[in-house]
Amino acid sequence: MARMTMIEAIRDAHTLAMEADDDVVVMGEDVGYFGGVFRCTAGLQKRFGVQRCFDTPISELGIVGTAVGMAAFGLKPVVEIQFADYMYPAYDQIVSEAARLRYRSAGEFTCPMVVRMPTGGGIFGAQTHSQSPEALFTHVAGLKTVVPSNPQDAKGLLLAAINDPDPVIFLEPKRLYNGPFDGHFDRPSQSWGKHPLGEVETGYYETPLGTANIVREGSAATLLAYGTMVHVALAAVEESGVDVEVIDLRTLLPLDLETIAESVSRTGRCIVLHEATLTSGYGAEVTALIQGECFYSLEAPVLRVAGWDTPYPHAQEWDYFPGPERVKRAIATVMEG
Amino acid sequence: MAARKTTKKSEVSPEEMLSYYRDMLLIRRFEEKAGQLYGMGLIGGFCHLYIGQEAVVVGLEAAAEEGDKRITSYRDHGHMLACGMDPKGVMAELTGREGGYSKGKGGSMHMFSKEKNFYGGHGIVGAQVPLGAGLAFADRYKENGRVTFTYFGDGAANQGQVYESFNMAALWKLPVIFVIENNQYAMGTSQKRSTSTDEIHKRGEPFGIPGEMVDGMDVISVKEAGERAVAHCRKGDGPYILEIKTYRYRGHSMSDPAKYRTREEVQKMREERDPIEQVRAKLLSGKSITEDKLKEIDKEIKEIVNASAEFAKESPEPAVEELWTDIYATEIPQEVN
Ligand SMILES: Cc1ncc(C[n+]2csc(CCOP(=O)(O)OP(=O)(O)O)c2C)c(N)n1
Ligand SMILES: [Mg+2]
Repeated sequence: MARMTMIEAIRDAHTLAMEADDDVVVMGEDVGYFGGVFRCTAGLQKRFGVQRCFDTPISELGIVGTAVGMAAFGLKPVVEIQFADYMYPAYDQIVSEAARLRYRSAGEFTCPMVVRMPTGGGIFGAQTHSQSPEALFTHVAGLKTVVPSNPQDAKGLLLAAINDPDPVIFLEPKRLYNGPFDGHFDRPSQSWGKHPLGEVETGYYETPLGTANIVREGSAATLLAYGTMVHVALAAVEESGVDVEVIDLRTLLPLDLETIAESVSRTGRCIVLHEATLTSGYGAEVTALIQGECFYSLEAPVLRVAGWDTPYPHAQEWDYFPGPERVKRAIATVMEG
Repeated sequence: MAARKTTKKSEVSPEEMLSYYRDMLLIRRFEEKAGQLYGMGLIGGFCHLYIGQEAVVVGLEAAAEEGDKRITSYRDHGHMLACGMDPKGVMAELTGREGGYSKGKGGSMHMFSKEKNFYGGHGIVGAQVPLGAGLAFADRYKENGRVTFTYFGDGAANQGQVYESFNMAALWKLPVIFVIENNQYAMGTSQKRSTSTDEIHKRGEPFGIPGEMVDGMDVISVKEAGERAVAHCRKGDGPYILEIKTYRYRGHSMSDPAKYRTREEVQKMREERDPIEQVRAKLLSGKSITEDKLKEIDKEIKEIVNASAEFAKESPEPAVEELWTDIYATEIPQEVN
């Protein structure tokens, strides 16, 4: 085991994947010479050469498009889009090409590509540096979507994503890069140095896509979260004093519905959390699935706590961010129901 | 080809020079103050300073006429000050206050002024370029003889939408001046590591758009180039490209470790090519302007900048209700839990 931040864990995953397979190449804006704006790829160019870890122009559409071609040939590109908010020019390539290559060639060609993107808020990034676009990907057949919440998972999930035969969107909650964040923005920031999940297995391991993780066992209700909201959920549950089970979804698609359904059937109450805006958000999908799977066990309507249906604000970040207070109110509501 | 204006550098009057000095100094001091407020935690998030590039906007504003439009990227404070927007409103937007140009909704990267025909700061690299073409389309449609200055960086020049805009602007003979502010870096990526040519202005040639390279550290060269471009557009000859070679002294944003260039490189630029120092030296070499006169201007500017900072500190934080305003013309009610 070794102590790592999420940045170091992601870097470690890149290193191991590149060591294991010559076909793995890393590309993106500032990833090579500079080592990435969040330093996730620092040192890779020096170690593996400019052929395998290289800078691209600011051309998101071009970056993802060329990666699709590379993947169709059989390379395994790992692409960094500097912030998820910059992926929109590339969205066409992700949806129309990457996601459908296997389908439209009847399996002749595939797209074993990973697109990594820092996601989410909490860093005062406002409307163009804070968005959580996961539902735009889970809505597309042919894509897998992953959101880790800690260093140990980030490494294992990224290795699994790189090794996956299909395109994977890998969303890294940027607020978690250096430490967990439970939504208490007015308290000193924490580091991964003391957190149990900052202890990362050394060497190669995969965390299989499609497995959720029960991070806190409980019997009164089930809280479903991913990314930063896992930490918010844990803090809110402790503060509420209610014995709530917290599940970290880890992979949004494929989704580990079995673990979720087992829990909700047991507790009879459920809240889904995300930072992304509420309407047509990923929570709507999960809520519908639970309704189908657990209808006869439900004691209360499934609740959602999410970002407001607004652009991500500049000055009012903490009025927008669905922090522990809102989660606690939801716990109280769902317990009454 | 472009009509050449007969004015020679030698013909610039001391009064005119003095006004450029003043305008450039205002930007420099404003940006220094913004840097300080950032350091004090009064400004948060992303903040891109314009220090070093002052001659670009001041020179081009000198070539503009009433009613001409401008649109730019996130590095926008200089553009706003140069076109006459109120430093108080700009600084208060940086601090995210009610008195800011976007009422704290936009932050450093997103401000607008209909009064000054400033169509914004835009946070997504390259996104403003087609908008600039569209503004010029509207001018041509209204046959009002106006032109649009569409600013973008050397890094942005690699976005595909720039070339879609070039084609449309040339096809429809739009009165748009594409201003490439080439400060030689896109974040940590130097031009030669991201861009296939070192003459970006020539990329207009295949579209039939004339372009030229301009010394962006010399305000008079910029102004004269601006006048050529404006004359071309006003004549109805379509778009024009100015690639203005400039340099930013500070980091890309406030959180830039600046490891991609040497301190000597920056120092050399500041010492030998500084746009403000050049004008200052010229002014003092003549007879009519004394040190005392310049000191007076320095003092006046200091007062304006200090007043803007005071305003930005004192202006109230936006009310919580502001979260839900300005999303639609008529608010769509949403549940707040
Ligand atoms: C679509 C998109 N991709 C990437 C970014 C991140 N980013 C912001 S500024 C920048 C560099 C732009 O450089 P340049 O166009 O030269 O402008 P400068 O910052 O030098 O003024 C990058 C990569 C972004 N904001 N939008
Ligand atoms: Mg640049």
